[in-house]
Amino acid sequence: MIHVQTTLNGEPVEFLCEPRQSLLEVLRETLGLTGAKEGCNNGNCGACNVLLDGALVNACLVLAGEVQGRTLTTIEGIAPAGGLHPLQRQFLEHAALQCGFCTPGFIVAAKALLDCTPQPTELEVRQWLAGNLCRCTGYDRIVRAVLAAAEEAQA
Amino acid sequence: MTTTAKPAQFKVLGSTPVRQDGVDKVTGRAQYGADIRLPGMLSGAVLRSPHAHARIKSIDTRAAEAYPGVRAVATARDLPDLESKVADLGEGSVNLRYQSSNLLARDKVLYFGHALAAVAAVNAHVAEAAAALIQVDYEILPPVLDVRQAMRPDAPILLEELRTDELGQKGEQPTNIAAHYLDETGDLEQGFREADLIVEREFTTAMVHQGYIEPHSATALVTADGQVTIWCSTQGAFGVREQTAEILRLPASKIRVIPMEIGGGFGGKIGVYLEPLAVLLSRKSGHRPVKLTMSRREVLAATGPTSGSSIKVKMGANRAGQITAAQATLIYEAGAYPGSPVGSAMGVIFAPYRLRNARVEGYDVVVNKPRTAAYRAPGGTNAAFASETVVDELAERLGLDPLAFRLQNGVQEGDRRVNGVAYKRIGLLEVLRAAQGSAHYQAPLAGPYRGRGVAAGYWGNYGGKSSASASVNADGTVSLLEGSVDIGGSRTALAMQLAETLGLPTESIRATVADTDAVGDTEGTYGSRTTFATGWAVYEVGQQLKAKLCERAARLWGVPADQVQYADGSFASGEQHLTLAELAAQLDRLGGPVVASAAVQPKNYGPGFAAHIVDVEVDPETGKVQVLRYTAVQDAGKAVYPNYVASQMQGGAAQGIGWALNEEYVYDAQGRLLNANWLDYRMPVSLDLPMIDTLIVEVPNPGHPFGVRGVGEVPIVPPAAAVANAIYRAVGVRMTELPMAPGRLVAALQAG
Amino acid sequence: MPVVWIPALLRGLTGGRASVLAAGATVADVITSLEAQYPGLQARLTTDGQLRPELAVVVDGQTSPLKLRQPLAEASEVHFVVAISGGA
Repeated sequence: MIHVQTTLNGEPVEFLCEPRQSLLEVLRETLGLTGAKEGCNNGNCGACNVLLDGALVNACLVLAGEVQGRTLTTIEGIAPAGGLHPLQRQFLEHAALQCGFCTPGFIVAAKALLDCTPQPTELEVRQWLAGNLCRCTGYDRIVRAVLAAAEEAQA
Repeated sequence: MTTTAKPAQFKVLGSTPVRQDGVDKVTGRAQYGADIRLPGMLSGAVLRSPHAHARIKSIDTRAAEAYPGVRAVATARDLPDLESKVADLGEGSVNLRYQSSNLLARDKVLYFGHALAAVAAVNAHVAEAAAALIQVDYEILPPVLDVRQAMRPDAPILLEELRTDELGQKGEQPTNIAAHYLDETGDLEQGFREADLIVEREFTTAMVHQGYIEPHSATALVTADGQVTIWCSTQGAFGVREQTAEILRLPASKIRVIPMEIGGGFGGKIGVYLEPLAVLLSRKSGHRPVKLTMSRREVLAATGPTSGSSIKVKMGANRAGQITAAQATLIYEAGAYPGSPVGSAMGVIFAPYRLRNARVEGYDVVVNKPRTAAYRAPGGTNAAFASETVVDELAERLGLDPLAFRLQNGVQEGDRRVNGVAYKRIGLLEVLRAAQGSAHYQAPLAGPYRGRGVAAGYWGNYGGKSSASASVNADGTVSLLEGSVDIGGSRTALAMQLAETLGLPTESIRATVADTDAVGDTEGTYGSRTTFATGWAVYEVGQQLKAKLCERAARLWGVPADQVQYADGSFASGEQHLTLAELAAQLDRLGGPVVASAAVQPKNYGPGFAAHIVDVEVDPETGKVQVLRYTAVQDAGKAVYPNYVASQMQGGAAQGIGWALNEEYVYDAQGRLLNANWLDYRMPVSLDLPMIDTLIVEVPNPGHPFGVRGVGEVPIVPPAAAVANAIYRAVGVRMTELPMAPGRLVAALQAG
Repeated sequence: MPVVWIPALLRGLTGGRASVLAAGATVADVITSLEAQYPGLQARLTTDGQLRPELAVVVDGQTSPLKLRQPLAEASEVHFVVAISGGA
């Protein structure tokens, strides 16, 4: 077992894990944070997206041991205390989810986009989100929600 | 963008409140199947066949049982023997013996990935390592991977006892042809004689998967008193209870199924794969909870994709633009056990057209692939790909606009389908006219290698049994319990229908998806039935609540109940007035709680029609097709929750586009699935699609209190044909094989 | 008298007729009456006293959950069709 200390959603957290365990597995099984989902376990769907030192990663492709001393943000850490992040609100306003399973991954991914490109074009949104699979919505409303959140942040 | 046919006549229906489960879903708090945690929970793994077709000579599980951390192992020996009993699971029947064998193979494995054994251990890694130690002695048999091959007299036989069924008449010989169907009307020969133009084409479509993002997951706990609780991701908790009870020979009353939130289903999460295995393991492990979750590889290889198919279509029309004859032969892959959707495909194939002379024939054929399951308008996309491209070719060669040609031959109320049933009020013509008048269709399309295609689609929809119950809270709000799993916003659409019935705002109704112990029997969330049928149950509940509340107001005022009027949350009698909140606060003094429940089995579901328009650009060197613009037009009857109706249309279109351009199962000659992962099974991503415009037409269904028609399935029917027709107009080739992947398109361009 | 539309695969039993009149107050009665006119039909439409599971019965344009018990009006139209399966 290895001992890992990290900052998770703004709080110091430590856990024990086996060297072979992915970050996704530890988040879900050890830390009880089930917002990141397993859709494919090999980096093809984005349902497990988290931010590692602010960069968008698939938690299924990161070993839990790799987050030692680093900063993690999961979907559970996106909303400000007592409220919703503009992305979350716009997803609801735009009906940008049906089953909602891919939604945490999309919101984390979109946050990473807006953090580095505050005013993306539709094409930039689609390119950025091409690593997140949605089977329910056809992406239309998701893209509109992200653009609306970007606009809201500028207003 | 939406349009409605009439001005608003409803107070709540047609509005867009934020969905009630929305906050949980955007914050990651919502609990899906695999998110459940129980004390002492074990994790499971399933051993699956590496062969497509083999006899099982022996299974030795001892090494797995002895592996440290393993608590239970189960094989088919642990499943009760079932007769070849057919259970009526509402929308489709299932042969339970086949379904049991599909869960854990008995004497043969019939597809790559067929489950043989299940292991429960302290964690999933241990379970997987132990499962790999199970020794299976196989006698490998030649696989059958293509329906035409399977139908040959010398083909290897999958199921020795299978005989071709023709409406109750069984064939004599062992066969892979499970069933033969036929619908016929008029005089086909005469119809073709009357045609000035005949088009005949043969089509092939590949097996594809529903592609839900959430893999299957089921957790079961059998306690020492024999009570079974199952938490699972499913489209229908009652269906899980019924199937589990039948397969394990347990009383249904001992089984409680609690549906978790579900991450997509599209028909693939109606049949059980894991639940009975989890129950067996829980029992064998000394009554520990056992969770089984599939990997993506397992989902693709071993759940229920939909049929690949071989379809022949021949249609004739006269110079005046009238279709005079239509003929189709549909051969669908059932997978390892009988039950492809060829029957419903036969109902889709010529559905939009008035036909005096027609013949539609279907074959259900087993092959060594996973047993097919429903996929959104099952059988429909393949069928429409065939018929709507032939219709397009007829129109083009007659020099007629493709939508005008469809309008000329389009069905209306009173017209008969090929099976003889007459349509009631339907909205096909309205949909076609809306498509013609749309901004998309009116806009010119310029540029090389660009083309515009259209296609129509139909789905019959469904009713089925639904139950709901509600109680009035002391503050005048209402708590609603309903039995329909919420895959795409339905709990809110149901809250809205109760709100409409009671004249209250949606926020006053709190809707909860209830488990099998907490609400009456309700068929699953499929068949485009939920807003329609469970909505009707909710409407009945609302009527009962109104009646009971009026009685209480009458008691308060000392007047006969029929002198109390109720409207929009207020009671009145003469000069006296009372709000629902004021009345609710006094219920204890007026006779006690007010509750109501209803169960329905409504028949008057109305079919839905759609027309899709797509502009594409083809790269002639690479064969890549870019979708430039897409418009989906559809008759929703009455759009209760319009954003979510539009979203169904967009989602169906996206799945259809993936089916059209990229998705297919690729098997090697030994029957091993080569692309059981999401890198190689290529579904559309955000970069593959434009915005998808939607036009909702409302031709109310006269059979529903609010005019609702099912909407979920129709939108997947037209896209493949629409894209094929667009490709033809872009580069002049008629594609007859799905998917129209780049390599195939380039080959067709080079050949043509 | 109700009109019963005969599934194409069974028209060999009715001398090629695509629809026939058959007396009966319910679908079950009408099948019994059909059997008298055209022996062999009942065994194709029903099994163990129930409608064959792969069939649905449509009366006056609506699929009937009551199946064999569905009451009929004097001018009712009865069809036996393949039961559909659904997705979501």
